[in-house]
Amino acid sequence: MTLNDNMLKSGEQAVFELRALYQRYGYTPFKMSKFEEYDLYVENKDFLVGDGVITFNDTDGKLLALKPDVTLSIIKNSKDGGEGIASKVYYNENVYRISKSTHTFKEIMQTGLECVGDIDVYAMTEVVLLAAKSLEAISEDYILDLSHLGLLSALVEKFSVSEADKKKIIACVSEKNAHGLRELCASIGADAEFCEKMTALISAYGKPAAVLPKLRALNAGAAAEAAIDELQTITEALERVGYGDRVNIDFSVVNDMSYYSGIFFRGFVDGIPEGILSGGRYDKLLKKMGRSSGAIGFAVYLDKLERFDEHENEYDTDILLLYEDGTDVCELMHAVSVLTKNGTRVLARKNIPEHIRYRQLLTYRNGGLEILEIGD
Amino acid sequence: MKSVINIALPKGRLGEKVYDMFEKAGFDCPSIRENNRKLTFENEEKGIRFFWVKPSDVAIYVERGAADVGIAGKDILLEYRPDVYELLDLGIGKCRMAVAAKRNFRDNPARTLRVATKFTNIAREYYAGQCRDIDIIHLNGSIELAPILGLSDVIVDIVETGKTLLENDLVPYETIVPISARVIANKANFKFKSERIEAIVEGLASVCAENKA
Repeated sequence: MTLNDNMLKSGEQAVFELRALYQRYGYTPFKMSKFEEYDLYVENKDFLVGDGVITFNDTDGKLLALKPDVTLSIIKNSKDGGEGIASKVYYNENVYRISKSTHTFKEIMQTGLECVGDIDVYAMTEVVLLAAKSLEAISEDYILDLSHLGLLSALVEKFSVSEADKKKIIACVSEKNAHGLRELCASIGADAEFCEKMTALISAYGKPAAVLPKLRALNAGAAAEAAIDELQTITEALERVGYGDRVNIDFSVVNDMSYYSGIFFRGFVDGIPEGILSGGRYDKLLKKMGRSSGAIGFAVYLDKLERFDEHENEYDTDILLLYEDGTDVCELMHAVSVLTKNGTRVLARKNIPEHIRYRQLLTYRNGGLEILEIGD
Repeated sequence: MKSVINIALPKGRLGEKVYDMFEKAGFDCPSIRENNRKLTFENEEKGIRFFWVKPSDVAIYVERGAADVGIAGKDILLEYRPDVYELLDLGIGKCRMAVAAKRNFRDNPARTLRVATKFTNIAREYYAGQCRDIDIIHLNGSIELAPILGLSDVIVDIVETGKTLLENDLVPYETIVPISARVIANKANFKFKSERIEAIVEGLASVCAENKA
């Protein structure tokens, strides 16, 4: 059977394309059970996107959870491989989280990939490229925003800001809120130079060629330089393979710095009002779990594509075929199977249902088909 | 065809002031001045479309992308914490979020404080920062009535001049945070319309600077 594009919802279609894409780059599928021990999530609560987890007791009394996340399970099941070894896996799983809009639990389809082990710049670049290609598979009109938490923490650490203030500063950066940042700096008595540099960071976004020199001008020390070098290498490599014009640098893309450390990115497609792809380097999570490996990965939130069907079906069926009681079943069956042969959708009924849109209205009478109506 | 920039304005006096600023910045839409029942007003040539919504709904329109840009009070942003960019402080609609109480109120820290407010998240966060146990009473209006009738010990509300408080024998007790109108933008839409949204923000910023001068 051949699949007609129109038959697949955007999300389903994307799953097929993404699976093939990740396999082409040597990623192998990771399959997990629906349940995971609850302890895993308690220990790493802040790594999860939302708070709630659905829990239940197994027959032996053990507390289990319906998985709210896949990454933690992948990390748990991976091993530190030593120099030059990294395991590359992708997944397509349902996760259970509290929906931001309904405040109730929701089953969400998620696809993503993780690269765990000895992560070098090539591995990072490949993950970022796959993120760009994933977005491209969903829509031609996409943007991938890159930031680097190494640069952000280098700045914050250089000027020794307290942990509580750090959170507020990061919040301002994520809102592009320069006026708020200035007020905050004044109220906590932060260094004027720090305030100036953070404001510069907020306004530095756009094409890498324009933004990277501005970042260098911040003069934020060796750790920051290393972060900017990484950004430069990655963006240049993406440019080389033709993905340069869709990649921007933007430091409003941030995440919890107690888990994420290096490069961080978020993907957007025109027409969906929020990010649909999010990922980055999260070595600190592994460190917390007592591991020596590094890790980078991303997830695509396929549930957000639900309202994105570009070519939504205008018609419920192509042909509405009416027949009467007593029609010869063999003949009718034959007529329907001929009509459906080239992919046409046929709904055979004895009457016209309410609120239905069809391209053609046919009737089967006296052993033959008759067109009653065309179009709607 | 370039797509339109949708702008959500808060209904009311503040919104009209804000529209004046848009007009001064060169983002005008003459049809908005006409007295009619239309809900949206478009200036096709400039590629902008305005619409009036309830002030507390602006953030929802922007967060969900129905509006690219909106003007919302900082009180709404603090209360609902929408995931949006906050690009500019317009410096108008200035007031403050404050705790107010009856003139003879004396706080007894040993007791749970009863707080009446429309802004439950702001109140909760403020008192959590002080490790204070509170009992939140969510009201939708006439907040000032609560301490008078003994429904609550204090209220958390917006104070502009303090006149309403005074008339009811209430006084502002402490300020939580200063409030003013902010320009907000949808994070995803900003990526695809950044140049034009930036132009609007810059235009408004220069009008702000003029107002200050």
